[in-house]
Amino acid sequence: MITAAAMYVAPRLVHLSAVDAAIIIFYFALVLTIGFYLQRRANTGEDFFMAGREMTAWIAGLSFLSANLGSLELMGWAASAYQYGILATHWYWIGAIPAMLFLSIVMMPFYYISKTHSVPGYLRLRFGESSRALSAISFAFMTVLMSGINMYSMALVMKVVLGWNINFSIWVSSLTVAAYVALGGLRSAIFNEVLQFILIWAGALLVPILGLIEAGGWSNLKLQIARNASTEYTHLWSTLGSFDNNPMGIHWTGIVFGLGFVISFGYWTTDFLVVQRVLAAQDLRSAKLAPIIGGAFKMLVPFIVILPGLLGLAVLPMKLTGEAMAVATGGHSYNEVLPLMLARYCGPGLLGLGITALIAGFMSGMAGNVSAFTTVWTYDIYRALINPRGSDHHYVNMGRWCTIFGVLISVGTAYLVMQFASIMDYVQALFSFFIAPLFGTVILGMLWKRATGPGGFWGLLVGTLSSIGMWAWVKADHGALRYVALSASARDMAENMYRALWSWIICVLVTVVVSYMTQPKPIGELEGLVYGVTAIPHEAEVPIYQRPSFWAAIVGVAFVVLNILFW
Amino acid sequence: MRERGISIWFFIGLSLLVNGILIVSAGVWQIFNPPANPVVLFRLHANVWWGATLLVFGLMYCIKFAPTRQG
Repeated sequence: MITAAAMYVAPRLVHLSAVDAAIIIFYFALVLTIGFYLQRRANTGEDFFMAGREMTAWIAGLSFLSANLGSLELMGWAASAYQYGILATHWYWIGAIPAMLFLSIVMMPFYYISKTHSVPGYLRLRFGESSRALSAISFAFMTVLMSGINMYSMALVMKVVLGWNINFSIWVSSLTVAAYVALGGLRSAIFNEVLQFILIWAGALLVPILGLIEAGGWSNLKLQIARNASTEYTHLWSTLGSFDNNPMGIHWTGIVFGLGFVISFGYWTTDFLVVQRVLAAQDLRSAKLAPIIGGAFKMLVPFIVILPGLLGLAVLPMKLTGEAMAVATGGHSYNEVLPLMLARYCGPGLLGLGITALIAGFMSGMAGNVSAFTTVWTYDIYRALINPRGSDHHYVNMGRWCTIFGVLISVGTAYLVMQFASIMDYVQALFSFFIAPLFGTVILGMLWKRATGPGGFWGLLVGTLSSIGMWAWVKADHGALRYVALSASARDMAENMYRALWSWIICVLVTVVVSYMTQPKPIGELEGLVYGVTAIPHEAEVPIYQRPSFWAAIVGVAFVVLNILFW
Repeated sequence: MRERGISIWFFIGLSLLVNGILIVSAGVWQIFNPPANPVVLFRLHANVWWGATLLVFGLMYCIKFAPTRQG
């Protein structure tokens, strides 16, 4: 994670030429132009909050992935690859692909057929108002805080990489995002996310290509990494038999069940930030294809994120260190590996495009947070709890003001984090508290007819509180790690995964027990919401190459082959 | 998406086209005015061929999704 210490490491890593500056300015002008252009197509609630539900599978799929592909993601995981080796790829493969395919094939029909506006909206239909209120308030609160943290982190990166003033970065990026989302709503956010996705690839793809040329190909790269670090750095699974045999201090059970099942399924199937993009698809087939398209590209992201980190181990002349060490010695930290690689290969123009890719990543993540917050606030909090009788026009206006309000809260959070850097760690931990139990609640709601409203609410609440309790226990007594994460040698990431796993199990158990103690909903009220009582359209009427299940199988096979190749 | 207004793919084409023109121009300039401290693998002139690739794709998308060709 990029922290406040990073800003003291070096005055600036790269210097921009006039061409680079022109490319960055053109990018800002274009995203604002798109926002102004789409303003006239955001007049109704369906247009503003759901992009008119007319997105093709490709646009929804690329936007689905782009909302997650923030620059913290790019720079943070490139840094992790330098620090931990190819193990970081697990967050892109087993930590994403199975969940995306599950969302597409199993869960999407229920989200889409129920015509819900949001994930909390689905919980209202399935479990009632109390579950919706709990998830909506926690989601809205955490989303704007996360947006502020991302904003602050971006400003730090721009200061370290380009020497830009932190206030300038925060205000220029936040006002730009506020303008284009408030004007064009979700459609504008999605359009810009697709543009940002293309720019991220155009700006970042050259680094691994040139890096592999310099290293002499993959085989030579592995030899150089073995010489400079260790052979463990290029193995995905073979070192995970023990907590002590790999740089991350993690066991394969944590990766498979904690990351690959609970955390990944929780994030990709219930975090409204990403699910909202798919709900905007034009029909059910597009909604099912979108996560598969996103998954196919997600499998390729390690090429522009993990590979540059590994290449840094082989070709960079200096040794990167943790931030505390970098501050003490005046050297470079892990977090700077991606900008260092950009500066190594990219001359005028290409450097501007690479920096634009980083800025685009930050802005797509921020816009994703803000547009999801706006929808949840307007539909699941304001309309549900404060003013249920407003007109459609009133709610659209509320959405526009809420966008600006949400950005301003994010800016406030950014300044708060600037003063108290430790808040960043706490908020990120808080965000993780909600994801795993929410997945337990939603999946039981979709697949188990007997789950009741009180069961869903108490499962979600107790699961969340248990996650907070385990976190506080380890904070208060580090020795508790051997119970929570099954090993005293477990590191932070391993702790997060096991905590998520336990909180999901607790949520499921409480939901089941309370459901059996309470009266089930009549079957008629579950239609369109639960497996077994929902008529799901069959794919048989379309050619096989147009069927989501066919493409899901292709992506699934590619996922298995890649894991075996890099075993 | 194309039946109502300008396609997103046109905006993407425009972005690639403008970036491609700027990057190729900078690359060609550097061929005739080599920098004192060149980047690693400068001899490959990545900004020329990468910029040209973006330019060609941008041009194709601008033409294919031009607002004047729609509807």
